[in-house]
Amino acid sequence: MRHLITTKDLSANYIDCLIDSAKEILRYPRAVANDCDGKILAALFYESSTRTRLSFETAMLRLGGKVIGFESAASSSATKGESVADTIRIVSSYADIAVIRHPKEGAALIASMYSSVPVINAGDGGHQHPTQTLTDLLTISKVKGRLCNLTIGFCGDLKFGRTVHSLLEACLKYSGNKYILVSPDELKIPEYIREDLRAEGVEFTETNSLSKNIADMDILYMTRVQRERFFNEEDYVRLKDAYILNKQKLAKAKPDLAVLHPLPRVNEIATEIDKDPRALYFKQAEYGAYVRMALIKDLFREED
Amino acid sequence: MENHTLKIDSIGCGLVIDHISAGNAMKIYRYLHLDDLECAVAIIRNVKSKKHGIKDIIKVENTIDIDLNVLGYLDPNSTINVIKDGVITNKLKLRLPPTIKNVVYCKNPRCITSIEQEIDHIFELTDETTHSYRCIYCEQEAAVEPQ
Repeated sequence: MRHLITTKDLSANYIDCLIDSAKEILRYPRAVANDCDGKILAALFYESSTRTRLSFETAMLRLGGKVIGFESAASSSATKGESVADTIRIVSSYADIAVIRHPKEGAALIASMYSSVPVINAGDGGHQHPTQTLTDLLTISKVKGRLCNLTIGFCGDLKFGRTVHSLLEACLKYSGNKYILVSPDELKIPEYIREDLRAEGVEFTETNSLSKNIADMDILYMTRVQRERFFNEEDYVRLKDAYILNKQKLAKAKPDLAVLHPLPRVNEIATEIDKDPRALYFKQAEYGAYVRMALIKDLFREED
Repeated sequence: MENHTLKIDSIGCGLVIDHISAGNAMKIYRYLHLDDLECAVAIIRNVKSKKHGIKDIIKVENTIDIDLNVLGYLDPNSTINVIKDGVITNKLKLRLPPTIKNVVYCKNPRCITSIEQEIDHIFELTDETTHSYRCIYCEQEAAVEPQ
């Protein structure tokens, strides 16, 4: 049985296949309308979500399947102290596939160990968010026509930004990419990601300045400083406005820069640039449902 | 000046953990739970060694099952001599184990292991040169400290 827990689980070849499949679904969505007839997806969201949860639900419904689940830990037995292991043991007897989001790092891995059906990680704390990465890669592939030989900037919270960790590790599977990592000192990438970058021998820069580096980027992946990841409110308040992408900064960028953001944004991207053709984050969110359709279809392929 | 010699009797039947990096013997004693044994256990520290300058040695006067993964993780350069009837019958060399289970515990408060009960704390070897182990759940690096 296969699960999707981290982007380390994915080969470049497999990512390419999923992206091709998602593009095909985008062109002919009705062709897959009955692919999951009679199947049930369990959406276990211990942490709030808009796009990820709704895009998973949309994906399953568009494939002809049905969805069960909960939207917050408060509406689950987690409030009674039930473990993730016990919950997934039961849920996997009700559903054919499970999607889990949890505030603790490694929760999806635990779920996969105790599940009798495929488990998809929809975000585990500040660790990984592999299906957001598939969304990001589909967007990059659509816009740039390739996933290699790009200069990719990551900006904001690179320490707790699970979408950053997943996307970086996925991009390492493609040759010729360079990385510009823009963050305050307190929110630099975790050491295990830095070790992976060094092990791959890729070119990467860690810097505090977005303005000085934006001109070199083909992709700019903005992230929110996440209040929910801080134990200390003072640290959050001090760092939350570290980077704000506005017209002035964007003026220094390449004309074909692609600005991505996993959303939700707070104020790190000024609304004044939403209409700039380089602002692709809403399109990116739209693609999320299609790439998740491709993934669900594929995980069932092996089960059948 | 008087010349003192520390004399520890050789054992008839048991184990000698030799070539322990100087200073590591107490840590190994704790992690292998040798304090639970009722047989004689000798910890010899700062012994002169031709190869290593100084080393520690642990002698256990009984044949017990040692968790080689724990010992390999704590001190991969140490060796185990199995003694029977006063002679060495087997010499075991150690290596860094690919994974360790419930030897060290994840200290990351954001890790699922901080709230999920009765799950194994598993660390994987991620870098042989630096002996780095990371939690399989959250990728936090392991720290060898007494639990």
